[in-house]
Amino acid sequence: MDAMVRELSYAQAIQEAMAIAMDMDERVFLMGEDIGVYGGAFQVTGDLVDRFGTERVIDTPISELGGAGVAVGAALTGMRPIFEFQFSDFATLAMEQIVNQAAKMRFMLGGEVSVPVVMRFPAGSGTGAAAQHSQSLEAWLGHVPGLKVIQPATPHDAKGMLLAAVADPDPVMIFEHKLLYKVKGPVPEGYYTVPIGKADIRREGRDLTIVATSIMVHKALDAAAALEAEGIDIEVIDLRTIRPMDKQTVIDSVKKTSRLMCVYEAVKTLGIGAEVSAMVAESEAFDYLDAPIVRLGGAETPIPYNPELEKAVVPQVPDIIAAARDLVKGVR
Amino acid sequence: MAGASKAVADNRANLPFVYRQYSAEQLRNVLHKMYLIRRFEEGAEESYTRGLIHGTMHLSIGQEASAMGICMPLAEDDQITSTHRGHGHCIAKGAEVKRMFAEFFGKTTGYCKGRGGSMHIADVGKGNLGANGIVGGGIPIAVGAALSAKMMKTGKVVVSFFGDGANNEGAFHEALNMAAVWKLPVIFVCENNGYGMSTSTARSTAIKNIAERAAAYSMPGVIVNGNIFSEVAEASYKAVECARAGEGPTLIESKTYRHRGHSKSDRNRYRSKEEIEDWMSNRDPITLFENELREFGFIDDKGIEAIRDAVAREIADGIEFAKASPSPDVCDTGNYVYTEQA
Repeated sequence: MDAMVRELSYAQAIQEAMAIAMDMDERVFLMGEDIGVYGGAFQVTGDLVDRFGTERVIDTPISELGGAGVAVGAALTGMRPIFEFQFSDFATLAMEQIVNQAAKMRFMLGGEVSVPVVMRFPAGSGTGAAAQHSQSLEAWLGHVPGLKVIQPATPHDAKGMLLAAVADPDPVMIFEHKLLYKVKGPVPEGYYTVPIGKADIRREGRDLTIVATSIMVHKALDAAAALEAEGIDIEVIDLRTIRPMDKQTVIDSVKKTSRLMCVYEAVKTLGIGAEVSAMVAESEAFDYLDAPIVRLGGAETPIPYNPELEKAVVPQVPDIIAAARDLVKGVR
Repeated sequence: MAGASKAVADNRANLPFVYRQYSAEQLRNVLHKMYLIRRFEEGAEESYTRGLIHGTMHLSIGQEASAMGICMPLAEDDQITSTHRGHGHCIAKGAEVKRMFAEFFGKTTGYCKGRGGSMHIADVGKGNLGANGIVGGGIPIAVGAALSAKMMKTGKVVVSFFGDGANNEGAFHEALNMAAVWKLPVIFVCENNGYGMSTSTARSTAIKNIAERAAAYSMPGVIVNGNIFSEVAEASYKAVECARAGEGPTLIESKTYRHRGHSKSDRNRYRSKEEIEDWMSNRDPITLFENELREFGFIDDKGIEAIRDAVAREIADGIEFAKASPSPDVCDTGNYVYTEQA
């Protein structure tokens, strides 16, 4: 009795998840800029306003701080808002409500309240939108106790993790890479959840563990497929959640492969790769390492406009192939 | 107090709003609570001086009529968001002082189990969604609570307290705009005590009256003397009626004064002794209300004495309760970061 599985795009999968959540629970509603008749800047909400009306698909003014605060207040008092940032970069305008309020309210009030808000952040480069519309800021929020931060990489996970986020009693931040919105993949019909805090081994291998996030999962898989011809067998872990991180899956994998590479689009320094590397170095997997840990992350620059430069500042498949080959062959 | 009751019955028609609207017992209870706020603040200050409370705190001595007047027309399940100067709001909304003291003493019996302290004092059961350490932080949250009330049709109204300093935060403007666009049941209450820390409103704010900002968001803007309980309560009553009727938000500017400094680090170099002395001697909200109650025959000296005695006992008992309560276990620091799930 498996649910019917169809091919849906990542954006369609999210939209389907939101519709299911709203059908199941009248407390669930959507807020964001131009998510109504416009359908959202990336058409993720699409025509949901026709189905659920303007009272449950609420266009906000261009007020990220206020809008995020309204979502936090609604969540605090019994509703289940899903708040869409038009671009994840605009989280910078709302950090107060996310970091000081949503994340800490339960703690500050001694467990008397919870804040079941879901916030969605279209993130990442590759759209030619330049430096203020292309960032990957997930590590900023991953640094804050009280938040859960997830980065689904496939349509299947985008739907299942969003439904898990809506069901979660605590604030969940979802970073969705914009280049994934049109990527298609198998998605079961109906309700299901993919657990927050659990990584997924996308490809098993013996020679090297690549821990990747979001769109880099796909690039890592492409690199692994290419290196298979050279006899290099790569394990690809899709981290999926950056807080709370699934440490054990990574540790177990490194103990098996003895090599670790982290691939992520955000600026390399002080990011997810640093965290994963340090976590492994602190664990029993350290003794199994045969080579230094390698991080492939974004360049230490803002995202440039020029398409060639834009590609050059984030890891691409050939970069991953070259780095993985060197690491396995002991060139480094 | 039979004599007092008779005088009340004879004179009510010509008295200010609150004396017509509320019973003598309710009004005497307001005086009781104003004293409770004053003595709570003094008790907290003394406990701080004696090293029983650490950190810092922001005392609302001098602003008691504002807190009580605004909360007067609220039902128990109506909600408020409060500020760093929020002890008075908490008491006005129905909190028990013993659990507030316990919180300030960092004890498990405190409202936040010792995790929040003065700046995050809350009493969710009585509708206080929490004080806030961020100036203006509670304003959008109040709008969100009002959105919940509207969507769930609970009939609740929400009051957002904030100070004059918050009126220059972006959150204030974004929140007022959204509340007006969506006609939400929320009342914005700016307690203008003249100074954001040390910077006067004259130096920080381009307009003379913060209530005038309401015009920009197409909502009523009302100025009241925040030290006269009856004025504050009447304005709040009207705003609450308006909100409950679905007519949207109101901005009330309650002009008041804090007798103490901004926080414990304040050397009061930005205002004169004469100014402080004037507010304390001539415009003290408790004295003003007490005089009105006495003049209109709602209470006599004996009644006032009884209230003061009862409050003194309640404060002393509260401090004892806090002292005797257990501290949290250091092993439990990770609690309440996330919801504990089965």
